Amino acid sequence: MSKVDVAGPAAPSPQYLQWLQRERRGRMTVRGAQLALLAVFLVLWEVAPRLDLINPLFTSYPSTIWPTFLEMLEPTPQQASILTHTWFTVVATVAGFSAAMLLGTAIAAALWWWEGLYKVLDPYLVVANAMPKTAFVPLFYIWLGATFSIFGMSLAISLFITILMIYSGFQGIDPNKTKLAQTFGASKGQILMKVVLPGSVPTLIAALKVNAGLSLVGVVVGEFQSASLGLGYLIQYGSQIFKMNIVMTAITLLAIVSSLMYLAISWLESAVMRRR
Amino acid sequence: MSPKVELRNVGLRYFGLEGETEALKGISLSVAPGEFVSIIGQSGCGKSTLLSLISGILKPTEGEVLVDGAPVVGPSPKVGYMLQQDYLFEWRTILENAVLGAEIQGADMAAARERARQLLTRYGLGQFLNHLPRQLSGGMRQRVALARTLCTEPDVVLLDEPFSALDSQTRIALADEVNEILRREGKTAILVTHDIGEAVSMAERVIVLSRRPGRVKSDHAIKFTAANGSRPPPFKARSTPEFNGYFNALWQELEVHVEG
Repeated sequence: MSKVDVAGPAAPSPQYLQWLQRERRGRMTVRGAQLALLAVFLVLWEVAPRLDLINPLFTSYPSTIWPTFLEMLEPTPQQASILTHTWFTVVATVAGFSAAMLLGTAIAAALWWWEGLYKVLDPYLVVANAMPKTAFVPLFYIWLGATFSIFGMSLAISLFITILMIYSGFQGIDPNKTKLAQTFGASKGQILMKVVLPGSVPTLIAALKVNAGLSLVGVVVGEFQSASLGLGYLIQYGSQIFKMNIVMTAITLLAIVSSLMYLAISWLESAVMRRR
Repeated sequence: MSPKVELRNVGLRYFGLEGETEALKGISLSVAPGEFVSIIGQSGCGKSTLLSLISGILKPTEGEVLVDGAPVVGPSPKVGYMLQQDYLFEWRTILENAVLGAEIQGADMAAARERARQLLTRYGLGQFLNHLPRQLSGGMRQRVALARTLCTEPDVVLLDEPFSALDSQTRIALADEVNEILRREGKTAILVTHDIGEAVSMAERVIVLSRRPGRVKSDHAIKFTAANGSRPPPFKARSTPEFNGYFNALWQELEVHVEG
């Protein structure tokens, strides 16, 4: 079981070069197929309404998205710029999953600290997690008002799964690592800070991944109900006045926002995991 | 000379909903300063539990455990404990792993780091200080674990089958190294193992525990007459004429348990 890096032979063999080429071709094929799939989807979406196969009133066209975006960049007296809407949704989502991470980790740590507390709360946490949080949107609107109900929904939708994931990560820490710290006389706080938390970093990142997506759902659903800003609001507004181009533009922006968040978290993950 | 470690009529029972399990019963033994004692017995006889009691992470149900004449009330910097596997923290570098104990005990970190650096360098790990555990082989990792144990400068070192996770060649080589390090530094050592050869070749005394509940079944003094009068290192000890005698005697004692 040698862990020392093996240096390759000075000159790669022709077989190896062939293998490399096959690998590269395989990757290119997959990437090509992915792009082709997207292209087919966009072409169908553009052409089907024009051939009267579907009603353009319902679907708009992909070609209208960019012009609609440009048109909505300028704020009007009735409507903020589309960038302001996007920004508001992004801020609410980031606030939601950051709060869920901090609060979730703190609560999981408390449950780890007092095992009795976990035993008591366990069934409630499981039920709270299984509950469709979106059922609370109207209630949150009444309780928290227009702005805070959005943050509240974003937090509520991701908090319980965060607690459960992180707590089970804490429990998955090798008890022998804890025993090792105890042989040096570690206090409970030291075990938490030096063993349990650093050992749970992979779990924290997994929780963050789940959270970011869920928080975005919470924000958009919250905005449906109560906002006058945000992409969720734009979707609601556009569908009420039957302007599908606004709806489709907002949905496209949502897709871009969630892809960027996914990329950011993947980058964070690889940066952290390189240390392990 | 007053004993370094002493157990007086120690018993330990584990409690569970199905009932209680008596792990150790009426254990009395003492270990002199600088002595190297091996404890053998079959798996489940409470060998590891005995070490946990001496280290203070477990409290006996009956009797008392003393180190330097004072009752053990909890883990103390005087006692170092080496576990069955290295349990290095994968998120810490080798050097950071080696100073873990000092960090937990709130010791002077600059001095601890210097000590760890010296220990690791002496064990041939000088150029791996800033590597991560996964980049090291099993034997190297266990040497880091030894450095981590000795970095807090304990007088007593407890070894719980520290070589059991290694391949047999590394195991014998590392036994020689650990033996040499502990003897040179004059540490009192208690080694728990189920490997009779390891027990005999490393220790001055081998204590045999009976099956559960573990009691002291017998206590054997181990002596080798080496050419220069000093004790041969473990690997050499294995080829002395005395070795086979001790080995067979202990083997038979353990075999009786299998049949009984």
